Amino acid sequence: MVELSAPVKWALRLIAVGYVLMLVGWPMVTLAQNAFSDGLTNFTSAFSDPDVVHAMVLTIEISGWAVAINTVFGVGMALLLVRYEFPGKRVLSALVDLPMAVSPVVIGLALLLVYNGRTGWFGPTLEANGVQVMFAMPAMIMATCFVSLPLVVREVVPVLTEIGDDQEQAARSLGASATQTLRRITLPAIKWAVVYGVVLTFARSIGEYGALKIVSGNLSGQTQNAPLVIAQLYDNFAKGEAYAVAFTLVLLAVLCIVIVSLLRPKESSS
Amino acid sequence: MSSAVLGQDTRAVGRGRPGVRLNLTPGSTLGLGVAMLWFSLLVLIPLAAIVATAGKDGVHGYVEVLENPQTWAAIKLTVGQSALVTLLNVVMGTLIAWVLVRDRFWGRGLLDVLIDIPFAMPTIVTGLVLLGLYGPQSPLGVNVANQRASVTLALAFVTLPFIVRTVQPVLAELDADVEEAAASLGARRLTILRRLVLPSLVPAITAGAALSFARAISEYGSLVLISGNLPYKTQVVSVRVSSFIEGGDQTSAAALATIMLAVALFVIVMLDIIQRRVARRG
Repeated sequence: MVELSAPVKWALRLIAVGYVLMLVGWPMVTLAQNAFSDGLTNFTSAFSDPDVVHAMVLTIEISGWAVAINTVFGVGMALLLVRYEFPGKRVLSALVDLPMAVSPVVIGLALLLVYNGRTGWFGPTLEANGVQVMFAMPAMIMATCFVSLPLVVREVVPVLTEIGDDQEQAARSLGASATQTLRRITLPAIKWAVVYGVVLTFARSIGEYGALKIVSGNLSGQTQNAPLVIAQLYDNFAKGEAYAVAFTLVLLAVLCIVIVSLLRPKESSS
Repeated sequence: MSSAVLGQDTRAVGRGRPGVRLNLTPGSTLGLGVAMLWFSLLVLIPLAAIVATAGKDGVHGYVEVLENPQTWAAIKLTVGQSALVTLLNVVMGTLIAWVLVRDRFWGRGLLDVLIDIPFAMPTIVTGLVLLGLYGPQSPLGVNVANQRASVTLALAFVTLPFIVRTVQPVLAELDADVEEAAASLGARRLTILRRLVLPSLVPAITAGAALSFARAISEYGSLVLISGNLPYKTQVVSVRVSSFIEGGDQTSAAALATIMLAVALFVIVMLDIIQRRVARRG
């Protein structure tokens, strides 16, 4: 392995640590300082506002739905992509990644064009049948699903590829049914990959702003999620409260990331 | 954490152990059908609606949107800043990945976790957090709010993990023997780095750069608070699209969105090609 001379090594170390501290580390500390600037006053004042509480609850609710839907879709899609042959597989595998590269605003616009009640492709028909999609829960859940769509698939596919299908074949040749094989062999093997995918999906879901701003209607106390509430508080010069809600949200998201990084090494050493 | 967060691992399909691929059974056909139906309703049809809406006025519609000087300024700003930040990431990302893999020092674990924070950070909070240190009440006395530099700063924050996380695993897997052999044959350090290490990192750096560019081009939430969205100065394309939507001009919004969508598609296809080329070589 190339051994760098001590001064070069120290210089690189210093640049890397300095850059990350200035860009991420210090700003995070400032967030905490701003949130706790008056002790807990910012928090008590923010969370005594029923609209803020509603937004937090709504955020968790939407994320729960998105996680559930994306887990089922992600595991199913990963199984199909790894274990089966069908025409168009390569295109589908690339398309599943597309949501990662699409702007949240474009995602919001896309859903708006199809599901809005006046001029949308499906919206008017759905609303005539009593299903309100746009500016309501369904659109908010869909937008959140869209932005976090590839996370579970991406975690599960490499693991499925890695473990191969010897055990599944053995189980099948010993007379296990497809459901039994799935439940007893495949799912236990990909358990951790699914857990990572779920945690990442949750972290991504609670923070979605751009797409939800467009499809939610942004109504205080009704369709406003936590990131939208933060933006509104900040715009209304309630900066302390904005920092308090932001700190709470970040704590949740960072907790997710820390859990993932704690879980991960265990898996590789076992 | 692994590169799987960003990972182009989805495209690892067909790599690894070949195994026996099953043709579709009735059960899996049903599964594929349901998955495709949901995928179409959620992703494919809505994205098609954008292209269709944009195409209503034919080519004329696109030209009109692009000819608008404010839109054109937004495009120039976005592409320029994204390229700048991606370049910055190529250098800093590779350097950070090198330090994380080859260096051992106290606090390295913390550095590793900090890299992932931009992934988890709600975008609107990113803007808020950066304003805390680099805004009007900056303890450093640096105020970039409503300046061009705010766009660079926010984009650098959100794209930080991409190259680090694509290069890191490749660097960790690199065969130390080859480097030692080269060294024992008298190659100088710089030669080894330039001729051996760097070439094997190029696909990972390219993939990371593509992801970072795609993310920068499409960024919205983190820019809303910090950039001030000033036309001709700090207004990026996604903010322009959202102002079209708010103004009820869905056709213009869709035209601009189609261009962004084309860039996204281009990046995804490029990643697919890089990944397959590496898989074939590897």
